[in-house]
Amino acid sequence: MKFKTILASAALVVSSLATASNTILNVSYDPTREFYREYNQLFSDHWSAQGHTAPRVRQSHGGSGSQARSVIDGLDADVVTLALAYDVDALRVRADLIPQDWQSRLPLNSSPYTSTIVLLVRKGNPKNIQDWDDLARDDVQVITPNPKTSGGARWNYLAAWGYALKKYGSEEKAYDFVEKIFKNVPVLDPAARGATNTFVQRRIGDVFIAWENEAFLSVEQLGRGEYEIVVPSVSILAEPPVTVVDRNVDRKGTRAVAEAYLNYLYSDEAQHLAAKHFYRPGRPEIAEQYLEKFPKVNLFGIDDVFGGWDKAQNDHFNDGGHFDRILEAISRR
Amino acid sequence: MTTTNTLPLTSAAAVQDTPKATAEPRWVKWTLVGTALTFLTLFLILPLMVVLYGAFEAGMQVWWQAVTEPDALAAIRLTLFVLLIVVPLNAVFGVAIAWAIAKFEFRGKTILISIIDMPFAISPVVVGLIFVILLGSQGWFGPWLAEHDLRIIFAVPGIVIVILFGTLPFVARELIPLMQQQGKEEEEASLTLGASGWKTFWYVTLPNIKWGLIYGVVLCNARAMGEFGAVAIVSGRIRGETNTMPLHIEVLYNEYMFTAAFAVSSLLTGLALVTIVVKSWIEWKDERKKTSSTAR
Repeated sequence: MKFKTILASAALVVSSLATASNTILNVSYDPTREFYREYNQLFSDHWSAQGHTAPRVRQSHGGSGSQARSVIDGLDADVVTLALAYDVDALRVRADLIPQDWQSRLPLNSSPYTSTIVLLVRKGNPKNIQDWDDLARDDVQVITPNPKTSGGARWNYLAAWGYALKKYGSEEKAYDFVEKIFKNVPVLDPAARGATNTFVQRRIGDVFIAWENEAFLSVEQLGRGEYEIVVPSVSILAEPPVTVVDRNVDRKGTRAVAEAYLNYLYSDEAQHLAAKHFYRPGRPEIAEQYLEKFPKVNLFGIDDVFGGWDKAQNDHFNDGGHFDRILEAISRR
Repeated sequence: MTTTNTLPLTSAAAVQDTPKATAEPRWVKWTLVGTALTFLTLFLILPLMVVLYGAFEAGMQVWWQAVTEPDALAAIRLTLFVLLIVVPLNAVFGVAIAWAIAKFEFRGKTILISIIDMPFAISPVVVGLIFVILLGSQGWFGPWLAEHDLRIIFAVPGIVIVILFGTLPFVARELIPLMQQQGKEEEEASLTLGASGWKTFWYVTLPNIKWGLIYGVVLCNARAMGEFGAVAIVSGRIRGETNTMPLHIEVLYNEYMFTAAFAVSSLLTGLALVTIVVKSWIEWKDERKKTSSTAR
């Protein structure tokens, strides 16, 4: 390689590191890539149309939990847009980067778009799976990752639990129901990606419990016409929240543009864009327009049924929680 | 390889007189060769073919698009930039430490040799975590770095540091046994004849260790390009900025962009192959030079 080319590329790397105060970093989780790629352009146009210099938005994607960890350890995020409030709250608990009331600073629990947990089945729905009850049937194999290690799988577990609680009325019956479902899981993958591969590539299992947006993505990208989405009668409201990282924006002087960036997520344009990328628009009047794409589900929030993430984590997933009992029951099988 | 070159006239006769390596029957030999070839095909050639097939399945144009897309270009640039810093530093360090160990006696030498091997023994993930604990904003030096607005973790310097750490032993490991075997007689002779230390190193030591050095550099280069675990932890995964090629491949794969993932993989594999070709070419040129000089 020529020395000049080397120098030029070195200079490019270095210069791309220089940041101005109209440059912000959005630390997000894995499946939001396409959405934010388009949204960043949308926001850039909007912001410069208001007479500001065009902003530059840098993106980082990864597992929600590990992304939060990186911000705590010093990744320079101006805004975070993660999968669950529990991960965002870690920024406050562990590093005091955001204030206590962060989730009430923006409308809709700081969740401009939402999702839910649905059931992905094989073409033609051969096992005729219609609702959560079918997952507890003896002849059905269920694929879901391990809630101990996968954040996404906790939603799956809690959605099933919430359904049973509503239908059968008591904690014990809900426990029995969820245990039955997990007895139908042939391989408990540690992470969502592995579980997708188990279902899609290794073709194991009859039904895959997934986030709605991820289910749409799988159908779209992995095999059109090979899978169908079954929306259960009751499911959990998944709210991926967003927030400005106060300590970072105040140090870098980017608060104005960072706040505008998040506020604009609630605009008509952005809400439609979210729907295009398989997230349910948070604003009810926009969501109305997408009833065909996102059928009405009886949604319950994590706060109503489980008393918030901390309590759910404690009761179900920490050592000695309900899920440990289920694991024991499975290993005795 | 050097012995055949120094005996160019007798080599033809030598081939015919070479005694059989073993007295085993033919089928033993062919079973062994067959096993080795099957193994190579299954675990080396086949996976390589899969990468190439996946990369070019959708056609040359798609491949070209995948590797010239801005994020991919940034990943390639970053990977090469890191190599440019890491490989020379490790070569200098490797020569220095091997020199010290092979040519001098001092206390704690065995401990030093074991310490050099540490980066091999420690999992890359742990290496990443070590530097996060040291330099992250919750870490020992984090607050000090933040005060002086120095960004190391989740920026390019952090990536350079963990790759430097992970590839530290390659050159040294190649050179230490070589230099120990060669002993210090030649250097002593050179020094007695009045050459300076620098001259001795340049004209005596370096030519002796040339092949070990090149081999170490090639290995170091390959590993530095491919390092994943440690980089994944300290990179922060900022698109177009702190994603190296392996990280970019993982991102593409996780986003269902299999063809693009394979395209960048094939490029990474290609870069690794280039280093091997360069090494063979240097070897070949050197042999030719030697042959012509002995013929004269």
